[in-house]
Amino acid sequence: MAELLQHLVNGLVLGGTYALLGIGLTLIFGLMNLVNFAHGEFYTLGAYAAFAALAGLGAGFFPALALAIAGGAVLGALCEVTLLRPLRAESIDTTMLVMIGVWIAMQNGELLVWGGVAKSIPHPFPTAPLVLGPVSIAPLRVFVLLVAGALIAASWVLIQKTTLGRAMRATFQDRDTAALMGVRIDRIHTATFAFGSALAAAAGALLGPVFLAYPSMGDLAALKAFSVVILGGLGNLPGAALGGLLLGIAEELGAGYVSSGYRDAVGFVIIILVLLFRPSGLFARQERIG
Amino acid sequence: MLKRWVPVVLVVLLAGALLTPPGFAQAPIKIGVIQPLSGPVAASGSYVRMGAEIARDWINARGGIKGRKVELVIEDNKSDPKEAASAAEKLIVRDRVPAIMGAWGSSMTLAAMPKLEEYGVPMVVETSSAASVTRRGNPWIFRISPPSEMEALGLARYVDKLGVKKADFLAVNTDWGRGAIAAFGDMLKKKGVAVGATEYMDQAATDMNAQITKIKAAGGDTLFLTTAVEQITLVMKQAQEQRLGLKVITTGGSSSPTQLVKQAGAAAEGSYHIVFFMPWFPEAMPDGKLAKAFVDEWGKRGHPFEGLTEGFRGHDGIATIAEAVRVAGKDEPKAIREALWKVKLMGVNGPIKFEKDGPAGKESGQSQPSIFVVQIKNGKVALPDFLAKK
Repeated sequence: MAELLQHLVNGLVLGGTYALLGIGLTLIFGLMNLVNFAHGEFYTLGAYAAFAALAGLGAGFFPALALAIAGGAVLGALCEVTLLRPLRAESIDTTMLVMIGVWIAMQNGELLVWGGVAKSIPHPFPTAPLVLGPVSIAPLRVFVLLVAGALIAASWVLIQKTTLGRAMRATFQDRDTAALMGVRIDRIHTATFAFGSALAAAAGALLGPVFLAYPSMGDLAALKAFSVVILGGLGNLPGAALGGLLLGIAEELGAGYVSSGYRDAVGFVIIILVLLFRPSGLFARQERIG
Repeated sequence: MLKRWVPVVLVVLLAGALLTPPGFAQAPIKIGVIQPLSGPVAASGSYVRMGAEIARDWINARGGIKGRKVELVIEDNKSDPKEAASAAEKLIVRDRVPAIMGAWGSSMTLAAMPKLEEYGVPMVVETSSAASVTRRGNPWIFRISPPSEMEALGLARYVDKLGVKKADFLAVNTDWGRGAIAAFGDMLKKKGVAVGATEYMDQAATDMNAQITKIKAAGGDTLFLTTAVEQITLVMKQAQEQRLGLKVITTGGSSSPTQLVKQAGAAAEGSYHIVFFMPWFPEAMPDGKLAKAFVDEWGKRGHPFEGLTEGFRGHDGIATIAEAVRVAGKDEPKAIREALWKVKLMGVNGPIKFEKDGPAGKESGQSQPSIFVVQIKNGKVALPDFLAKK
């Protein structure tokens, strides 16, 4: 019983991590219809930016988080303006290839700048775990879980309830009509991509201290983020949150009670099942017909 | 019409033949190096490369091999077995290297091995621990790192002193990790130690909480941990978060205790590490002077201290190949292979000399490296109490 409880707590914490990774990607993927292969690299960028701010500038932990998020937004905006804007009329395949290029360039850039040795990012939370009966959890991970929840809620409010969010949704639903209604299309594209990249950088800055920062850290993150987006449905923020939790708990229980050697396989079996039976995601609303 | 050109071609060829010999005598001796320079284990591969470069520079500073300089042709295997095989092919076919050192991980080495046999080029294996590397009947393989069995035997005499009664395993899900679990498991069972949980993790995995929860429930007293330093760091931090409270022994020599002290902090306190080089006390190595010189040179180049436990492998691998070329008297793959059976040299780790291993008639070479155990005590790397007393 104690073991099961600990597994569930682990799964929750891991799932929160996955949800955090998924939200930025689901925004860009769902709204912009852009397969962002560089998502994992913005995650890596966030981790290294936080490390640089902490170790290089001597900033505090929370200012470093803010700096990392701002860095992700700025680089995301830059990427959109220089690489994606000229290709807006092109097909999804073209932008996909460009994003693969960005992924490779950023990852090797990180290797060049930081070297292959993993960096440990310091954080102000105590390392002694919080103990609740048979279950223990690190304070930092509780913080990450809370921030992940807050970011998901804030993103949802932004997309659903604000004028900017409405303009974003309108732009990607029908660009010409949105333009006729006075929405500045170029700005919305840049803002959406910058927002998604900032969320990825936030995930990196939050999870960097939990794990380690190294140049290829984004690969696994991007893989999990894509899984979460498929589970939750494109552009569906609550779906990404639930998909993340589901994936985390499934992997944890699979590793705990089936075999740890097949841990990642458990996640992929679920994804295959979802694609077979609910191709638009577990939490997608019924498709409108007609 | 064509006949008129024949003499011209002949003259050009002849001139070329007459002009080349002096150039050839000065041509460098190429040695191929395959290491993971990117991907999850990039740090380790980069350190091996740094060590290899020190060996090269030392040899060249002493006048090279029979007046010829040593040149390293370095290829990145991206921590990926497929890339290791194509790197070997590229080095042999395009760069025409007569010998290779590589390829760090066992899975990477095993993937590159068929290419060595296909083209007939020897490879000195500097890191890989899986028994299968020298048991596949590949007569082009010469290993200077200890296979897991040898490591397990090296540890066997300390099992009682370490107080191991019931052991659990956590290993990276590769040929190395699986091989280590088999070898240490056998050794422990023979010693009457019970074996509890046997868990695996993907090479790129970062969250090992599920495995740690299972290991905690298994109720052992010692955890044998086999993976590279990045993952060891994560496991130790997560074990601390779950109050695992087991004695940890890392195997494979890629634990870089100094880096663990830096990155895992208190979570690494008390852990034991099997290492093949002790840069903290080089005078305790079989050849103290050489070890000291290597540590000093490493520091002079500004390389990080924590890389030394990996970097010495690069030095010893290149020194072994260079010695074989010297014995052979030429940089030709077959001659180097024959010479590798005759080499006897002192490496940073200790004496290097190859014995036959694997199926009769197609044996690989296996050296008998020195094996040491260190412990992290009060944030410093030290000899364990049971060794320090002597």
